[in-house]
Amino acid sequence: MIYQLAHNIISPLGFSSEANYLAVKSGKTNICLHENEFGLPEPFMGSVIDNEILDNEFSKINHSNTRYTKFEKMAILSVFYALQNTSIKTNDSSVQFVLSTTKGNVHLLENLNGFESNRIHLWKSAKIIAEFFKNENEPIIISNACISGAAAQITALRTLQSNNIQTVIVVGADMLSKFIVSGFQSFKALAPELCKPYDKNRVGLNLGEAAATIIYGKTNDSLPANSIELVSGAMANDANHISGPSRTGAGLYLAIKKAMQTIQPEQIAFVNAHGTATAYNDDMESLALTSAGLQNRPINSLKAYFGHTLGAAGVLESIISSLAIIDNTALKTNNLQERGTVAPINSLMQNQACTEDYFMKVLSGFGGSNAALLFKKTR
Amino acid sequence: MKLGIESYCRITNNSVIVNDNSIEIPREQSWLTDIYHAAKISYPKFFKMDNLAKCGFLGSELVLQSIDIDKTTPKENIAVVCCNRSSSLDDDTAYQKTIQNNDDYFPSPAVFVYTLANIVTGEISIRNKTMGESAFYVMEQFNPQKFCSFAESAFLDSTIDACICGWVEFFDGNCDVLFTYITRNPKNNKELNIENLHTLYNL
Repeated sequence: MIYQLAHNIISPLGFSSEANYLAVKSGKTNICLHENEFGLPEPFMGSVIDNEILDNEFSKINHSNTRYTKFEKMAILSVFYALQNTSIKTNDSSVQFVLSTTKGNVHLLENLNGFESNRIHLWKSAKIIAEFFKNENEPIIISNACISGAAAQITALRTLQSNNIQTVIVVGADMLSKFIVSGFQSFKALAPELCKPYDKNRVGLNLGEAAATIIYGKTNDSLPANSIELVSGAMANDANHISGPSRTGAGLYLAIKKAMQTIQPEQIAFVNAHGTATAYNDDMESLALTSAGLQNRPINSLKAYFGHTLGAAGVLESIISSLAIIDNTALKTNNLQERGTVAPINSLMQNQACTEDYFMKVLSGFGGSNAALLFKKTR
Repeated sequence: MKLGIESYCRITNNSVIVNDNSIEIPREQSWLTDIYHAAKISYPKFFKMDNLAKCGFLGSELVLQSIDIDKTTPKENIAVVCCNRSSSLDDDTAYQKTIQNNDDYFPSPAVFVYTLANIVTGEISIRNKTMGESAFYVMEQFNPQKFCSFAESAFLDSTIDACICGWVEFFDGNCDVLFTYITRNPKNNKELNIENLHTLYNL
C-alpha cells in the first residue's frame, strides 16, 4: 500500500495545504485581470504568485549563495514545507524525487538573467531542486502536458511497489511567463473573465501558478485513521488529435475503467475532474464520466479557484480533494451557474456532505493523454 | 520483469540502422525529410510536425516496419513511452522568436502546440491507433538503466502487451534517436536490459 505521508500547496491562496483548502471551501479565488504582466501586449485573467511574498518566504529557508528561478523557488519551498513535520532524511538513498512540470524555466529563453544556458533544461532544474535537499538520486522528470501531475503520482505508486525506494517526493510546479500565456492566447483558449467549468456559457480557461508536493511512503501495516491511500492509477491515449480532446471521451473512459477495476461507482464520494472550462474538454469529460457510470456521482472542477496550474494541477487538486474527503465534503465547482455539458453530469454548484471513502481524480491534456487516480480514505 | 526488444531503430545525424541493417538514405533535402522518402512512408501530416515529432515519428515507423501491426484498429494494449534530454527546446526556441519583440509579435498556435514534449507520443499514438498509456520523461543523457525502468513502468499496467519505447532527442540541429518495440513475449532472444540497450545506442 502506498499512502500520503505529507503534502503542501504553494499558490496565491496560501502557502500551506490547509490554507488553500480553507480558502477553497469558503469560495475564494485570486484569479484576476493582469495587465502589462510579463511584457504581454494583451491582458489575461490568471492566478499569479506575488514575487515579493515568495522571495520573502524563500529567503527564510535559503542560506546558500545559489540563485534560484521563481519556478525553482516555488518547488523548493513546497517540498520544504511538506517535509517540515516529518522525520524524512532527504539525503538518504531510499528517497526519490519525481518532478512534474510542463515548461520549467522556459521563461529564460527570453532572457537568461545571469543564469547559465543549461538552466533552461528540465533535468538541470530538477537537479538543482534535488540538490537543495542533498538528495543524490537522479530525479525522475515527467513532462506529460496537463496530466503530468497524475503521471508523476502513478510513477510514485509503481516505484514504491517495485523497488527499494521507501519514500517518493512528488513535486509539481509551473510558473507563468510571456511564453506560456501568449501560447494559450494564440490558441484562443483563455476566458476573458473567471472561468466557468461545466457551465453552459463557458468560453475558456484561466491559467494559474502553483507548486504542490505529496510525499508518498509505503506500509504493510494498517494505516492510521484519515490517511489517504493511492489505490491505483492509469493512463490512456485518445489516439485522435494532438491538441483537441477526443469527441467521444474514449481515452479518458479507458483510463477511468483501468483505475476503477476494484470498486463500483456508488463507492466514490466524488470525482475531481479536469474541468478546464473549454467547450471541448468539459464535453469530452461528461461523455467519459457517463460511459464509466459516474455521471450521477458528485463531480467538481477546481479550476475557478486556482486556474489551470499545468504541471502542478494533478498534484494540487489531489491534495485539495484529499483534505475534502477527510472533511467529508464534496466541493462545489466555483462559478458554475448553469450546467451545460453535452452529457448531463452532476457537477456540484454547492459544497455538500459526503460519506463514501473513495474519490477519483481525472486529467486530460494535449498529446491525447488521459489519466485517472483512485484514492481511499482510511477510517 | 522479463521483457524483450523485438525490433529497434537507431537514427543519428548521418546514419539509419534498423534491426542490424544500415539503410541507405539518398541526400536531397533535409536529413529527416530524406529519411521519410527513403522509408517510402506516405503520411502528409509528417510535414507539419516539428523536428522532435518528426524524429519520433520516423523512429517509430522504422521500428514497426518488421512488426505485424494493424495501424487502422484502435489497440488498448500498446503503450507509447518516449524520453530525451532537451524536452521540446528546439521548438521552444522557434516559438520564442515569434514573441520576443512586441513590434514583431506573431505567436502561432501551430508552433506553440509542439512546445509540449509529449506531443511526439501523441503523434505516434495517432498514427498507430494505440490507446495504451503514453508518457514522456526527461533525463540528462541517455541512460540505459532509466530507459529500462521507463519501459518496465508501462508494463506494470497489466493490460499492456507491447510498448513503442524511444529515446528521441533533437536540439541544435542534432538528431539522436533510438526506438525499440518491446513485448512481454519476444520472438527473438534480445532481452530488454542495460547491456543490450548500451550496445544498440552505440551502434
